[in-house]
Amino acid sequence: MDWAADLQAVTLTLKLAAVVTALLLVVGTPLAWWLARTPSRWKAPLSAVVALPLVLPPTVLGFYLLMLMGPHGVVGAATQALGIGLLPFSFAGLVIASMLYSMPFVVQPLQGAFEAVGARPLEAAATLRAGPWDRFAHVALPLARRGVVTAAVLGFAHTVGEFGVVLMIGGNVPGATRVISTQLYSHVEAMEYPQAHRLAALLLVFSFAVLCGVYRLRPRGALPGVAVEGAGGPP
Amino acid sequence: MIAATLRRTRGDFTLDVALELPGHGVSALFGPSGCGKTSLLRCVAGLDRAPGGRVVVDGEVWQDDARGVFVPVHRRPLGVVFQEASLFEHLGVRANVEFGWKRLAPAQRRVAVDQAVAWTGIEHLMARRSVAGLSGGERQRVAMARALAVSPRLLLMDEPLAALDAASKAAILPALERLHALSGITIVYVSHSIAEVARLADHVVLMERGRRVASGPVAELLARLDLPLPPGEDAGVVLPGSVGALDPAWHLARLDVPGAQFWTRDCGLPPGRAIRLRVLARDVSLSLAAQPASSILNQVAATVEQIADDADPSQLLVRVRVGAPAGVPAGANAGARLLARVTRRSAHALDLRVGMPVWALVKSVALLD
Repeated sequence: MDWAADLQAVTLTLKLAAVVTALLLVVGTPLAWWLARTPSRWKAPLSAVVALPLVLPPTVLGFYLLMLMGPHGVVGAATQALGIGLLPFSFAGLVIASMLYSMPFVVQPLQGAFEAVGARPLEAAATLRAGPWDRFAHVALPLARRGVVTAAVLGFAHTVGEFGVVLMIGGNVPGATRVISTQLYSHVEAMEYPQAHRLAALLLVFSFAVLCGVYRLRPRGALPGVAVEGAGGPP
Repeated sequence: MIAATLRRTRGDFTLDVALELPGHGVSALFGPSGCGKTSLLRCVAGLDRAPGGRVVVDGEVWQDDARGVFVPVHRRPLGVVFQEASLFEHLGVRANVEFGWKRLAPAQRRVAVDQAVAWTGIEHLMARRSVAGLSGGERQRVAMARALAVSPRLLLMDEPLAALDAASKAAILPALERLHALSGITIVYVSHSIAEVARLADHVVLMERGRRVASGPVAELLARLDLPLPPGEDAGVVLPGSVGALDPAWHLARLDVPGAQFWTRDCGLPPGRAIRLRVLARDVSLSLAAQPASSILNQVAATVEQIADDADPSQLLVRVRVGAPAGVPAGANAGARLLARVTRRSAHALDLRVGMPVWALVKSVALLD
């Protein structure tokens, strides 16, 4: 019984993290590419928006999302008009919230990697008949591959570990929004400490392994996002 | 023919150049660092855009902002070699060389990969899976091969030797010299080294503070005393000529330039072979009479054409025209010109004046190709 609920939470967490990571790579790559190369004056404010989840309590983000996606919010009105219904307390809503929350963990490593590639290899490729897409796919991405891997791993891991946003937006609906962190919370609420231990240890080992892998991938320089996140702690 | 009108301001630096270069041979954009030669090259390539500019290469319009034409870099039939080789670090040597070649339509592939590889002498590197272990000189050769393999109509080279040590430079220069002769590709070469320009260029554009100061054939330009060419140790002329005869008994070769002959050590070049000589001003002394009791082999009659200040206050630069008897009007293009660097005291002692017949004693000449 307990096992089944825990397993369901684990499966849901992995599914959520996989979907969020995939979508974030699709959305975050062009964003990071733009941020890495633009001389625009919008670079600073946009970078700040992307980085906001690093410093905001997740409840703040979750609260605003709840307002936006709720029946009286702009997004909520739109989704209802489109016949999708309301997003809060659904898996889709959780995906959107998680994407915003994990955005900096994907965009920042990508941006750093693209900045490290620099303009010169792309200029060289342009003089060798490669058009813009060709240059991106065959020069920029392969040269930034470590950054792409780091972004994917961090995005996945961070989504697995989120709690505050899930609680605000997802509630704790078994099978739809009850992920490991909220299941753990439920166990503690119910004073089921052995079960709580099991899930907590699982997350601890997972996170440690991920970070080991990331630091091995990028031996020089820490990850700014991770450092800030560690200092912030859960609300 | 390459025609470009480009004006671009960046900070407090303004590039403002109207340029016409021959559509063949090697043209050098020459000047001190910061004179805008690299900016000019980048604008011609289309890597930077000079608003309102115009670039026409062999009748093909690459940029004409008045008519809204700007061909993006990847559609221009050019090759670029940067100062740093800028190889693709994620690819092996062969993949680097073939990067552009693969992107050409088969009908456009006028230079075969093997040809580009042979011209640059990198056959032995082609199997390398990574470019990480290559030396600076090797990397630059791979970059050259990569640029040649796109069959460029115009090859732009931005100080390709500047980042190399002396030994790598010496090793790669002969390959660079051969490049134009072998490929027939028009080359525009940016350099701040007068020695490189003397060796490689046929045509020189002298630049200073974003502007074109002078341009012309290399022999003509380097013999001018009114230009901010590097004075002192590097001042000197370039003389086009040919190997006239060999003297096997003394291992000497006679090099014929218009109006004069110079003996130098036999480098194994056959008679009739076109060559280029560089004679530095510091290697030329002037005398009022021939010096038969001297070890200096090359003594040529000449006429003083112009006297100018050298950078050093104790020195003067004197331009003489060789082989011309006294009385021929100045400007007559009778013979090659030499520069001589002499002390002011000597000039005073000899009473050197324009139009005076003198003997130029040439201590050494450098054979460039």
